[in-house]
Amino acid sequence: MMLEVKGLHKQFGGIHASRDINLVVEKHGVHAIIGPNGAGKTTLIAQLSGALKPDAGRLRFDNTDITHMSRHRRAHAGLVRSFQITSIILPMSVLENVMLAVQSTEGHSYRFWAPVSQDAELKEKAMQSLSEVGLGNRADQMAGEISHGEQRQLEIAMALALKPKLLLLDEPMAGMSKEESANMIELLKQLKGETTILLVEHDMDAVFSLADTTSVLVNGHIIATGSTDEIRNNAEVQKAYLGD
Amino acid sequence: MIGTLSKPSGLVYSTVIVLLLIAPVVISLMEHSFYLDLLTRILILTIAVVSLNLIVGYGGMISLGHAAYLGIGAYSVGIPSYYEVFNGYIHLGLAIGGSALFALVTGIICLRTRGLYFILITLAFTQMLYYTFVSIEEYGADDGLVIYQRSEFGGLLDIENANTLYYAVLVVLLLSLYLMHRLIHARYGKVLFGSKHNDERMQSLGYNTYQYKLSCYVISGTLCGIAGFFLGNFTNYISPEMMDWTHSGELIFMMVIGGTGAVLGPVLGTATFLFLEEFLSSITVYWHLIFGLLLIALVMFGKGGLHGLLSRMDRRWEKSQ
Repeated sequence: MMLEVKGLHKQFGGIHASRDINLVVEKHGVHAIIGPNGAGKTTLIAQLSGALKPDAGRLRFDNTDITHMSRHRRAHAGLVRSFQITSIILPMSVLENVMLAVQSTEGHSYRFWAPVSQDAELKEKAMQSLSEVGLGNRADQMAGEISHGEQRQLEIAMALALKPKLLLLDEPMAGMSKEESANMIELLKQLKGETTILLVEHDMDAVFSLADTTSVLVNGHIIATGSTDEIRNNAEVQKAYLGD
Repeated sequence: MIGTLSKPSGLVYSTVIVLLLIAPVVISLMEHSFYLDLLTRILILTIAVVSLNLIVGYGGMISLGHAAYLGIGAYSVGIPSYYEVFNGYIHLGLAIGGSALFALVTGIICLRTRGLYFILITLAFTQMLYYTFVSIEEYGADDGLVIYQRSEFGGLLDIENANTLYYAVLVVLLLSLYLMHRLIHARYGKVLFGSKHNDERMQSLGYNTYQYKLSCYVISGTLCGIAGFFLGNFTNYISPEMMDWTHSGELIFMMVIGGTGAVLGPVLGTATFLFLEEFLSSITVYWHLIFGLLLIALVMFGKGGLHGLLSRMDRRWEKSQ
C-alpha cells in the first residue's frame, strides 16, 4: 500500500471540504479521483501534500505516518505533487526550473560558491527529465515564454526529477487544448509503469483511459471506489456526478 | 560580474572601480580631504546596501529595519571604547556576533509573516532597539557617545589614517560584491531566487524555504553589522539616531536607485544618492524638495534603477555591433 487516508476531516467555516475521507492507494498504477466542481478535490490534494493541515484524520505514506510531516519533508519522502494552476518559476529558463528540482534531491543547498551553470551533472539529470516529457528542445527558453501546454509538461518534468514514489497530479489537463490533452495522456501512460499516480481530474476521457481504480468525491466525501467499469455503472455515481 | 569592458555597463563599472582605487591619491593632491570623507561614507553605506539587496533583491524580503545593524556595528565600537577597550578584533567580533544574533532572533519571528506585515515587524524590532539605546543613560542616551580612538588592529592596520580606513572599507566592499556574485549563481542563490518568485512551489520541491530565508537574513544582517563597525569608526561617534527608521528608508532608496537585485546596483545607487544630497544641499536650503522630486522621478521612470538603464544601453550596443 502506497498511501492510506483514514477519517480525514477539514472544515472551512460552515463548509465541510473533507468529510470522513477514507482512501487507499495501492502501489503501481493510476488511482483517479473524480468529482464535480467544489467537491473538495484540491483541498484533499493540499492535505495530502502538506499544504493544509487536516482537522482530524491520519495519513500513512509508504509505511510512515506523515500526518504531521512538513511539506518539504513529504517531497523528500517521495510524495510529490503538481499544481492545478501552473506553478513554475517564470523568470528562470525551463532547464533551470528542472535543475532546481534535481538540486533538491542532492542534499542541502547551502553551497555558496560553485556556479550552478557549470554543474554538468546537474544539467544532465535535468535534461533527462525534460526529454522524458518531450521538452528537450525548449530547455533554454524562459519558463514564462513557452505555451500553456508546455508549462504543464514542465510541471511534470519537475515532479519527475524528484524521483517520486507517488505522484499527486492535480488536474494536469486543466486549460489544455484537445491535442495537448492527448499528448499529456500519452505521457502519463508512459509514466504509469515507473511510479504510482494519484490523478485528480475533470476530464472523463482522460480518467477512463488512464485509471486502474477510480474514487468519486462528492461534497467532501468519497461515495464510491472501484474499477473504471464499476464506477461507470454505479447508480449512485451516475446520479451524483455523471448526471445521466 | 562586470562583463565585457567595452559594453556601456562594463565601461561605467570599470571606470567607477578605477576611480575608487585612485581617489585617495588624487584627493590628497587636491588637498580636499572633505571629498575623501564623502567617498568613505559612500563606500560604508554601499556595503549596507549590498547587504539589503541580498534579502530584498534575491530573497524577496523587504526590510524596513536594516539601520538596526548599522547601529549594532557602531555600538560594538563605541561601548568597548567607552570602557577603554580599543582592540579592533573585539570590536569587529562583537559587530559580527551581535548583528548575527539580532538577525537570527528577529528573523525567526519576522519570517513567520509576509508582505506588509514583514515590513512592519522589521521596523518594529529596529524601533525597539532604537528606544532601548535612547533609554540607556550610561551610553549617552539620545546624545550618544564620542569615540575618542578608532579600533586598533595591532601594527597591522592603522585606521586612524583616513586613507587606510578608506582602503580597508573598499577591500571589504569589493569582497562582499564578489561574494554576492558567487552566491547568487550558486545553488544557494538559485534556491533563494526560486522562493522569492514561488515559495509554494519550492516547498513542494522539497526545500525548507523558511530556513534558507532565515540564513539569508542572517548573512545580510551580519554584513550590514560590518558596515556599522566601519561607520562607528568613521564618524568617531555613535548615537541611537543611526538606527532611526528614516535611515532604513534611505538604504531602500539607495538600493532602488541603483537597481534592486543587480550585484553592482548598490554602488551606483548609494553614490548617486549621497552625491545628490551633498550637491543639492550646497546650493539651496530647500534641497529636500528638489531631492524628493528627483527620487520620485527616478523611481517612476527608471525601471530597474541605474543598473536597468545600463542594461538597456548594453542591449542597444549589442544590436549595433
